[in-house]
Amino acid sequence: MNATALILMITVQVTVTGFTAYFFYRVLTSAPEPDSYAEDKPDEQ
Amino acid sequence: MANDNSTQQWGSRVGLILAMAGNAVGLGNFLRFPEQAIQNGGGAFIIPYIVCFLLMGIPLLWIEWSMGRFGGKFGHHSTPFILDTMDKKRLWKYFGVFGIFTNLAVAAYYCYVESWTLSYVLHSILGTFIGMNQTQVANFFNTYVTIGKSTFGIPYEAVVFYIICLVINTSILAKGLEGVEKVAKIGMPLLLMFGAFLAVRGLTLGTSGASPAHPTASAWAGLNFLWTPQPGTLANPKVWLAAAGQIFFTLSVGMGTVHCYAAYVKSNDDIALNAVSAGFMNEFVEIVLGSLIVIPIAAGYLGLGWLKHHAGFGIAFQTMPYLFSHWGPFLAAVAGVMWFGLLFFAGITSSLAMGTPWMGFMQDEFNWGRKKSAWSFGAVILILGLPTVFFYNLGVFSEYDYWAGTVSLVVFALAESILFAWIFGMDKGWKEINEGGDIKVPEIYKYIIKFITPLLLLFVFFGSLLKPLNNDWKLAFHNLFTGNGWTLDNSSIIKQVMQSGLREKLAAATDPSIIHHLRQVLFYTGAARILLTATFFGICAMVYVAYVKRVREGRA
Repeated sequence: MNATALILMITVQVTVTGFTAYFFYRVLTSAPEPDSYAEDKPDEQ
Repeated sequence: MANDNSTQQWGSRVGLILAMAGNAVGLGNFLRFPEQAIQNGGGAFIIPYIVCFLLMGIPLLWIEWSMGRFGGKFGHHSTPFILDTMDKKRLWKYFGVFGIFTNLAVAAYYCYVESWTLSYVLHSILGTFIGMNQTQVANFFNTYVTIGKSTFGIPYEAVVFYIICLVINTSILAKGLEGVEKVAKIGMPLLLMFGAFLAVRGLTLGTSGASPAHPTASAWAGLNFLWTPQPGTLANPKVWLAAAGQIFFTLSVGMGTVHCYAAYVKSNDDIALNAVSAGFMNEFVEIVLGSLIVIPIAAGYLGLGWLKHHAGFGIAFQTMPYLFSHWGPFLAAVAGVMWFGLLFFAGITSSLAMGTPWMGFMQDEFNWGRKKSAWSFGAVILILGLPTVFFYNLGVFSEYDYWAGTVSLVVFALAESILFAWIFGMDKGWKEINEGGDIKVPEIYKYIIKFITPLLLLFVFFGSLLKPLNNDWKLAFHNLFTGNGWTLDNSSIIKQVMQSGLREKLAAATDPSIIHHLRQVLFYTGAARILLTATFFGICAMVYVAYVKRVREGRA
């Protein structure tokens, strides 16, 4: 691969992977509102 | 209205994100993206693609998520009455019909492709492709889609697999959101795992696949072509139109499925973070995994020259099994199961999403139960889909794909972006997007959603409507300004309406068998149009009946 292509590929793929991981991490660590999701309901746990 | 639909909710936030990402991740991520990249100059495509994702894709996701959650507050789970809550002009609910129609028509042929993947998984396990040369693998596919011929010895094999696929989809849909979520939670991790395995193979193939028949074959050449930036081509509208079009298909925007899923999100729950998380997950699958499988593996064994000429949907079924056979019987079977397995999961998580707007509509408006709604969806898809199975080689499949899977998406997305930003109002819309948000959406997106996104959508719509001859925009503008008019390409919407390309071929044909075939194509594609139009107006009539019912019950 030529250097320009390699740089663009790595930059784009690392950036997209980074954003995907970051946003998914935020989803996992943000506390949902009570009763928002069925699995969060105390009577169903 | 109290029915079991109004009490449905997502099981978990991760389940919702995976279902939304599964809705977006489809066959296009692995098949259409490489094709578009190859046909639009490789490296020239990536930059407009990313720009369109940020200026059109992400804004449309926020628009659709917030419209869906807004409609859900009023108990609506399908676009006709979601749009109706945003502006009381009668017209909007009929625009919302696109959000049901598109799903029915796309699911009809999409389930057919899904059924191919199911069949090919079995064939990979059974080692059917071992020992076949490239032509034999390609012919195998042609045999499969020819009704009356069989690869397993089962009569009407393609129909049988199609029905099996439809039954799987319908049975899952009958379990409601719980079923959809379960499939997403299993399917998406498997898809990522299978994709990662094949991507590593694509990335490490190098020049080891070169053979006497293809001495210059190199996976690096494929990746070079895809990733070398070509700034000169950025001025070409053709590349921008292709990039914008790909963003549509890949994110499943303009379909009504995102609205439907989001309608089950509670009114004080986040959508801003959910939307970008699901959107980026789709981009990860497309840009990272999708770019590292078909292009390097095909270029690695057959060369870049071959790939440029044969890039297209067919590679997945007509070429990939042959390429896997270079890895020995065991790895070929594993790779086949992974490749067609990931396509199956990509397909089913999308086709399940296509079932939910119809179900939401029937449950909300006609008080149907979940199972009845799901099986009615299966029945409608069977009626609409069988012509694509029986007359696949006569253009019916492509006709559905063009009108429902291409044109309808753009029309609906354009209408909803105008409704959201200009009629519902950007101030209210902005409040909706940010309500309960776990991230603060950058203020600049308020202006992007109001001005840039609708303009980009208008550009895509008119670009498709008036596509110039050979997609050569430079020449078209030159001709226009020098008084030579604007010559439309046969793939422009206007020429497609008139079936100009087909009629030209028919006029030029001299071989009686070709004339007979083209006449048949003309007849069957015409019939497909009538069926699609009847479906659209049939749904319009149902929306009207639902509206009258609402007025009678004092709910309008």
